[in-house]
Amino acid sequence: MSSVAIPQNPVEPFLRSERMPHIWCPGCGIGTTVNCFTRALLDSKADLTKLAIVSGIGCTGRVAGYTNLDSFHTTHGRAIPFATGLKLANPELNVVVYSGDGDLFAIGGNHLIHAARRNINLKVICVNNLIYAMTGGQTAPTTPGDVITSTAPYGTYDPSFNLPYLVEAAGAVYVARWTTFHVRQLAKSMAEMFQKKGFGFIEVLSPCPTLYQRRNKMGDGLEAMKFYKQVSKIKHGCPTSEVALTKAGEIVVGKFVDRERPEYIGTMNTYLEKQLGERYVEPHTLSDDGGCCGGESEVFSCNR
Amino acid sequence: MHADPQGVLTGAHFLDGDHAACEGAIAAGARFAAGYPITPSTEVVERFAMRAPTVGGTFIQMEDELAASITIQGAVWGGVKAFTVTSGPGFSLMMEHIGLAAMTETPCVFINVQRGGPSTGLPTLPAQADMMQVRWGSHGDYEIIALCPNSPQECFDLTIKAFNFSEQYRVPVFLMMDEVVGHMTEKVIIPPAEEIEIEPRHFTKKAPKDFRLYEPEANQVPDMVKAGDGYNIHVTGLTHDERGYPDMTPPMQDVLVKRLQSKIIDNADKICLFEKDSVEGADVVVVSYGITSRVAQRAVDQAREKGVKVGKLRLITAWPFPEKVIREIAPTIKGFVVPELNLGQMVREVERCAGGKTRTVRVSHAGGTVHNPESILNAILEVAR
Amino acid sequence: MPRGSVSIVVERCKACGFCVEFCPTKVLALSSAFNSKGYHPPHAVAPEKCSGCDLCGMYCPDFAIYGYRIDKNAKKEGEDDAR
Repeated sequence: MSSVAIPQNPVEPFLRSERMPHIWCPGCGIGTTVNCFTRALLDSKADLTKLAIVSGIGCTGRVAGYTNLDSFHTTHGRAIPFATGLKLANPELNVVVYSGDGDLFAIGGNHLIHAARRNINLKVICVNNLIYAMTGGQTAPTTPGDVITSTAPYGTYDPSFNLPYLVEAAGAVYVARWTTFHVRQLAKSMAEMFQKKGFGFIEVLSPCPTLYQRRNKMGDGLEAMKFYKQVSKIKHGCPTSEVALTKAGEIVVGKFVDRERPEYIGTMNTYLEKQLGERYVEPHTLSDDGGCCGGESEVFSCNR
Repeated sequence: MHADPQGVLTGAHFLDGDHAACEGAIAAGARFAAGYPITPSTEVVERFAMRAPTVGGTFIQMEDELAASITIQGAVWGGVKAFTVTSGPGFSLMMEHIGLAAMTETPCVFINVQRGGPSTGLPTLPAQADMMQVRWGSHGDYEIIALCPNSPQECFDLTIKAFNFSEQYRVPVFLMMDEVVGHMTEKVIIPPAEEIEIEPRHFTKKAPKDFRLYEPEANQVPDMVKAGDGYNIHVTGLTHDERGYPDMTPPMQDVLVKRLQSKIIDNADKICLFEKDSVEGADVVVVSYGITSRVAQRAVDQAREKGVKVGKLRLITAWPFPEKVIREIAPTIKGFVVPELNLGQMVREVERCAGGKTRTVRVSHAGGTVHNPESILNAILEVAR
Repeated sequence: MPRGSVSIVVERCKACGFCVEFCPTKVLALSSAFNSKGYHPPHAVAPEKCSGCDLCGMYCPDFAIYGYRIDKNAKKEGEDDAR
């Protein structure tokens, strides 16, 4: 019999296969975003050795543990400052922050706005399932009004954040929103974001079938995906003030912000070099033998 | 390994403790600090902000201590030695990330220039009231190393020691200063770089396929890596196996958490630094640390003038607590006198280890200034009777 | 001959239905078989319509299915070069 070799699933080399199957629920969209992430990395020909992924806590936070990269599963809300330290220590690394809406915008909100303000070269992928899923479905700052959650048993009355609006105001240079239905656009957007220097942000709306959908009788993950398909409108360049989400209303998707701002590390080094002249020494990491001197200095030579 | 001469300001200096600690960090090879201003510690990072770009280092002022305490850990995994600096209220904010550093075995240094508390307390005045917090402040079971300098010179020397311990044991190490030591200005001798021993980071020699980030080597401490070298590591605060993968089961918890403890406790002999003075044959031993040890010296001298046989044990390492030396001394004396700038913290450890074999008398102080030596003298005399 | 084919990792599937719904040529349907977790994995009911676009692979949150293009010019094992 004849046989032709079957190519591998493009996502497979990116996974820690020994940890499959993962913990995400049937119909949860996080895995879908990982497929898009994988395609984006392949398309942008990223050097995977230099790619680091940092997550916080929550369902989306588990992405770090499943990807076969230098991966860091940090504390709740603090993926961004960890990523900032990682990037500052070794600017050659491409650092992606992959976390959820609650992690990035509630407990992590302060860090997010400051990283955007600084325009640190980080790429933030925010999977927004409008809920705190991992802990059982509590209200998140993104949960729309009139939604039942475990901490709003009669329905939410908290106003919710418009994430693209917030992130643009804080200073992000790339802001886009897609849903897990828009797999091709999402992959393309991620690849585009990876090419750009500065603080990039993509919000991905994703179903949480077990908690958000179920408690609000909105069907399962597939129902959510069909809903996204039905009510999404692609509006590239739409003012972010106009993209707020409601429980059942229009979902505006697309690329909203793509602008230029000085990137933090380059600015810092140039500025200090200008101020210090000859006294400036460029930052360096530890050398392979664990010693301090990884850099050259005209004044001193490193002796052990 | 010797210090990188680029970072060493060899010579005699007139520095306060905060400034000396900064120089110690740089001499030890630290090239990254993230901080948030808090009195009386701010000068440490202010100096680092000035020094860093001249030695190839990076400083970033973060938006709060929650950020600072984890930004340094990101930097460590990016491949540098890193530290942060704070005082009481900031220290409290850092607790979660102290636990993260302990759990992920991230080598880093935290400097706490203690001030009056609780809460906002006395921002510009000394205390030694975070001594239990440094040991127990984060949730769960873990061990840390804490050192207490009593002079600007020791702020320099012990900061280097702190970095060395952190690399040796892959553990967060704490320099527990106090506002007086931090703000007192004294002569600090910085030796030539080739006389300063620093511990290099133990990067693994294994290839990625053979290496496991949490597989302990001979001394129960795993080797390190840095991101970007192709090891595809996974670092998580969840209970994890030797690969670093989450394994949230009681058996793995037992193995992991006990090793986090035993890698420090089993090496306590090498970590517990202290100074003994005339302890042999003494009737009373004064146990003290930090600035209080200098005040206690006056009381000890005065007691000796009165003919009391008093010895002095100065704790340089507060944690792990030097249990062995207390247990050895206890049966031979009438009592310990433990002055502290708090209402009784390390004294509890002394009392515990004395095991009822001798008296333990505390000389408490709510903080805000140093003890009056008379209060310590009176305690010595009382125990000696 | 179909332009593409799918490969299914039955044990990973959680029967969410994304691949079935979003396949542009309706190649797939959930089968009546069970995997060991009790889910009905998909199977190709119209394999001849598969273009190998891999939309199923992009959608699958469980990395349980993917599509690939069949290279018409690829030599099959044992085929005679002279043909």
